[in-house]
Amino acid sequence: MLPLAIRACTLTSALGRGIDAHREALAGMRGGLRPNDISSAPLACWIGRVDGIEHEPLPAAHAAWDSRNNRLAWLGLRQDGFVGQVEAARERYGAARVALLLGTSTASIGATEEGYRRLENGRLPADLHRPRLHQPHSLAGFVAAALALRGPCLTVSTACSSSAKVFASAERLIRLGLADAAVVGGVDTLCDSVLFGFNALELVSPGPCRPFDARRDGISIGEAAGFALLERVETAPRAPRLVGWGESSDAYHMSTPHPDGIGAEAAIREALARAALEPAQVGYLNLHGTASRKNDDMEAALVSRLFPATTRASSTKGYTGHTLGAAGIVEAAIALLAIRDGLVPGNLGAEAPDPACGAQFAWRGEHRRIDVAMSNSFGFGGNNASLVFARGAAA
Amino acid sequence: MSALRVDIEGFGAWPPESAEGGVPPGDAGRPAARLLPPTERRRAPASVLLAVEVAAQAVAMSGRPADSLACVFASAYGDIGITDYLCATLAQAPDTLSPTRFHHSVHNAPAGYWTIATGCRAPSSAVCAGGASAGAGLLEASVLALAEQRPVLLVCSDVAGNGPLGEIVGCRSSLGCALVLAPPGSGRAMARLDLALSAAAPPAAGPDPAAGNPSAAALRLLALLTGQGGDAILAAGDRLALHVHMEKPE
Repeated sequence: MLPLAIRACTLTSALGRGIDAHREALAGMRGGLRPNDISSAPLACWIGRVDGIEHEPLPAAHAAWDSRNNRLAWLGLRQDGFVGQVEAARERYGAARVALLLGTSTASIGATEEGYRRLENGRLPADLHRPRLHQPHSLAGFVAAALALRGPCLTVSTACSSSAKVFASAERLIRLGLADAAVVGGVDTLCDSVLFGFNALELVSPGPCRPFDARRDGISIGEAAGFALLERVETAPRAPRLVGWGESSDAYHMSTPHPDGIGAEAAIREALARAALEPAQVGYLNLHGTASRKNDDMEAALVSRLFPATTRASSTKGYTGHTLGAAGIVEAAIALLAIRDGLVPGNLGAEAPDPACGAQFAWRGEHRRIDVAMSNSFGFGGNNASLVFARGAAA
Repeated sequence: MSALRVDIEGFGAWPPESAEGGVPPGDAGRPAARLLPPTERRRAPASVLLAVEVAAQAVAMSGRPADSLACVFASAYGDIGITDYLCATLAQAPDTLSPTRFHHSVHNAPAGYWTIATGCRAPSSAVCAGGASAGAGLLEASVLALAEQRPVLLVCSDVAGNGPLGEIVGCRSSLGCALVLAPPGSGRAMARLDLALSAAAPPAAGPDPAAGNPSAAALRLLALLTGQGGDAILAAGDRLALHVHMEKPE
C-alpha cells in the first residue's frame, strides 16, 4: 500500500471539543457518559452526549442540511484548525482532487424520526420536506458543500466499521491517482433509532458501559464527529502515517461477532501485513471493546492469541460510549494521540477485569513512547476493519 | 482525467427485463433470491432479497466462487420500508421495536446476508452517494478491483419506498443491477470498461424510466452490455462525472 500522511486530525465527542480536550480527559481517566437525557421517551441507560449541539446552527447558506448530525459535523470540522487545513489542500490540489469519504450509521435519521413524530395529515411536516436530508448520504452531502470539495465523494455505512473503512477507500483512491488528498472521518448522533434499536437487541447496559469487566452487561451509545486529512507522505514527512489497513467479513451472523474472531483476526493480520509489521511492534492497540458480552469475549481471546504483553491494549468506549458509525474515526484519532503524546489510555469502566484478559490490558493510563498504534472496528453484519498508524519521520 | 480499465465478467438484473434497459412494469413481485436458506429468505427484507438476487445472477455468470469476491453494495436509500417502520414505531411505541427489523435497518444488511449465505470472508462494503450512488459505487468497486488486483462484486439496488419517507424520497420502483468486475487479463471478460472522471456537473438525467430509482443509472451500463457497447456518463457526485466507455470482444 501507499503510506499516507495524516496531515490533520480532529475529534469531538462526549469528552469535549478538539484533540486536546480528549487528551486531558483520557490522561485523567475522566469519562464522558451520563444518564440518558435525550431519547423522546424514557429509556434507562447511559449515553455519551456532546454538549451544546443545539446551540450550533449551520451557516445560513447550508441551512437546508440542518439536523443534529450535520450540526455535530459542523461543530467537529471547526476544531483543531481542520477547516483551514482542508482549505489549504483544496488550494494545493484543486477541489476536484480532494476526495471526501465519510462513515456514518445514523446520518440524519434523527430528523426523519422527528418528522414522523409530527406528521401533518400523514406526511412529513413542510419544514422537513428536504429529500437529501432523509438518506444516509446526508452527512457527506453536507460536508462536501460546507468544505466546497468536488472530488470523489462517498458514504460508507457498514455499521460500526464505517469510519475505519474510509481510510482504506481513501488509500486506494490516492494510490491509483484519482485524488491527491482525502478528507476521511465520520459522524453519528444519538437518536431514538439506535437507542431503542440496540435496546431491543438487549445490547444496552442500564448503567455506564464496562468494557472487559467480568460483569459487563452491554454498551452505552455515544455520538461523535471526527475527521482526518490524508495526503502523500512526501508532502508532510513528519506527520504521523497511515501504514496499514485490513478489511474482512465474518460470514457468521448479523448481530453477533464470530465467537472465534476469525474475521477480526483476518483484518488485524492483513493490516499488519500491509504495514510490514509484526504484532510485537504494535505499541498501543485500541480495541473495539464495546462492553457487550460477546464482542469482549472474542476480542480478549484475540489479543491474548496475537499480541505479546509489550503491546498495550485498551477500549476507550468507557469514555465516549460506542459511537457506532463514528467509532472508527474516534478510535483512530485516539491511536494517533497515543503516538503524538505517548499516552496509553486506561481501560475505563472495568472494575473487575474479565479473567480472559491478558497482561496486554492497560487498566490504568500509562505514559510511554508509542511508535505504532492500531485500532480495531468490528461492525454489525460481521464487518471488520483494522487500521495501523505509525510515527512520521524524525525532525 | 485518470483512466481505469476493468473487465466485466458477469451481470445480474431485477426485474429481469431491465437487463435490456426496459422499463420495469410496476411491481415485479418478490425476487426469488434462492441463494438464501429458506428461513432467511422468509425473514429477509425486500432490500436484501433484491440485492442477493442480482448478486447471485452476476456471480453465477462469472463462474467465480462467490466466497472469492470482495463486494460493494451501493444503495441510495437502503431499505425505505424498514426505515418507515422504524420511524413510525419510534413515534408511537418505541418499546415495541422489533429487534429483527432493527438489524435489517442497517445499510449493510444486504452485505451481511450475502457474506453469511455465501461464506464469504472477503472485504464487504455498503456505500451510497445520493443520486450518484450507482456511479460512485462503480468507481469504488473498480478502484478496489484494480488497487487490490482482485475480482469484486458490485451491486446497485434500491427498493420502492412507502409511507411518509417513501413519499419524500420519491423512489417508486424496485430495481437492482449487479456486475462482477475484475482486473483485465483473466480471459473471462464479456466486456471491457474504461472509466474516467471529469470535474463537471453530470448531464441532467433524461426522462426517468425507473420512477425515481437512483440505481436506474446502472441500467445504462446493462444496456451497453446487452447491446454493442459504447459510451455513457454517470454521475459520481454532484459535480463529478464518470465517463464510461465499454467495448465488447468481437
